[in-house]
Amino acid sequence: MITLTKIELFKIFKKWRTYIGFIAIGILVPLAQWALYAQGLESYQTSITRKLGDSFLTGGNILNGYLLAFIVLQGLYFHFPFLVVLVGGDLFSGEATSGTYRILLTRPVTRFQVATSKFFAGLIYTFLLILWLMILSLFVSLWLFGSGALMVFLDKIYIFSSSDVFWRFLAAYGYAFISLSTICTLAYFLSSLVDNAIGPIITTMAIIIVFTILSLLPFDVLETFRPYFFTTYLDKWKLFFKDPIDFAMITKSTIILVSHILLFYSASLLIFIKKDILS
Amino acid sequence: MNDEKIIEIKNLTKQYKKLVAVNNLNLNVYKGDVFGFLGPNGAGKSTTIRMLLTLIKPTSGSIKIFNKDLTEHRKTILSKIGAIVEKPDFYLYLTAYKNLEILAKTSGIKITKKKIMEMLELVGLSDRYNSKVKTFSHGMKQRLGIAQTLIHDPELIILDEPTTGLDPQGMKEIRDLILYLSKEKGKTVFLSSHILREIELIATRMIIINKGTAKVEGTVEELLNEEKLKVKFEINDKEEALQLIEKSTWKNNYLTAENNKLLFQLDKQDIPQLTKFFVNNNIMISAVVPMRSLEDYFLKITEESSV
Repeated sequence: MITLTKIELFKIFKKWRTYIGFIAIGILVPLAQWALYAQGLESYQTSITRKLGDSFLTGGNILNGYLLAFIVLQGLYFHFPFLVVLVGGDLFSGEATSGTYRILLTRPVTRFQVATSKFFAGLIYTFLLILWLMILSLFVSLWLFGSGALMVFLDKIYIFSSSDVFWRFLAAYGYAFISLSTICTLAYFLSSLVDNAIGPIITTMAIIIVFTILSLLPFDVLETFRPYFFTTYLDKWKLFFKDPIDFAMITKSTIILVSHILLFYSASLLIFIKKDILS
Repeated sequence: MNDEKIIEIKNLTKQYKKLVAVNNLNLNVYKGDVFGFLGPNGAGKSTTIRMLLTLIKPTSGSIKIFNKDLTEHRKTILSKIGAIVEKPDFYLYLTAYKNLEILAKTSGIKITKKKIMEMLELVGLSDRYNSKVKTFSHGMKQRLGIAQTLIHDPELIILDEPTTGLDPQGMKEIRDLILYLSKEKGKTVFLSSHILREIELIATRMIIINKGTAKVEGTVEELLNEEKLKVKFEINDKEEALQLIEKSTWKNNYLTAENNKLLFQLDKQDIPQLTKFFVNNNIMISAVVPMRSLEDYFLKITEESSV
């Protein structure tokens, strides 16, 4: 299984499309850092303090790497699914499109092993994407702008001392990995159904967009259904930047997302094992 | 003939809704055979091969390979099979070398650079080992396909239309390679083709299928000797030869004449007799060309089954 997963990763990282996500983050994060540092940090602070009626005074280095990392994470988070599905949607269908199922599945490996190695490779790709984001947005920002207290505005203003922030970021990136893995596994599942990669990529994005819109529409009738949309739980990483932290909600959200991952994986496995390879 | 069965198919059927692609097929392939699997396009050859390689599941029937049930011992069996199914597709964005390396690793074998280069050398691609497969011609991919079937040193080689798209030189090279693998390396080869000449030249046993059903099975020699041959005699004096034929019992075997060529329908043992007849009557023979081949036999069988 380890060999197969390595081979899958090798194939993933030999494709140009794999690097689109890394390049996008590599361009967007430094741009955001530059823009926010040059122009936006003071206005960001002003916009927060204005909400408190201009009676808010701050001291110390509030314009620091943590704040930048938070702004980048918050700003780019909803665009990440686009990057993840490029690889997730190609995991099975890429083999079907290129006709390579015929050389892969006539080897002495079980379909379970093939499907599972692809699943792990997808998760590892997602992890590396998040790691890349963390390195650029958190570590590079801290290196460039230093650390300090973090002041964020979610439903209200939260201020955390510098010693209380780093672990929150690690937890937030960890949660982001789980939520993006859910999207990657959804694309992986859709990829097992068809023989071309475009379908799963577009369908995954359509599902995320539709469910996100349904999650945001201010209609009471939708409230009943929202707990059942997995998209409702995708951005719960923000809970780590509230005080007190709602661990019950985080636990529930994590369980729901992990359940979806397992569900999509199991369904893909069943389909793939029973599938006649006609491509 | 070795009587150790390598492939044993019993009552194999594959049905897609109303379409019966393979219908109650039975066949046996013995150790050391170059087994020709012959049929027109759409006869069910590729469907059968896909079932042999577990790419698709049979609707009913059983497959035993190396005397083991394919479903129960899939991994063990596949570890001893090398195959090309239809056209040779590879990871186009990888080099020939890397394709072979990852396929060998997928097969669970420890592969060395030397072994991969040997395989590429065998199929004449060693100088392109570092080229991406997307730059390869169809013929080169076909040869790389042969290399990937051999990379894990299988006992049974299944080749589905391995010479499709190759030029005559390429076809000959593949045929020679198959014969080398069979005779020198002792491999059993299951060769699907609709190119009759190919089967005739290299197969030891064969089956003809049409519409998913087996029509005939046996050694190529047996099947070809079942019927009379058409033989063309190229002679120096057509008129005199025709007069002699008319007065002899050979007139029953005479078919047509064109320029200085006379066509006869003969049993194999009649050919030297007729040759002697011409020579004894001072008719000079410049060539004796047997015309009937597997093609006639194949067309006869498939046409009969289409009626």
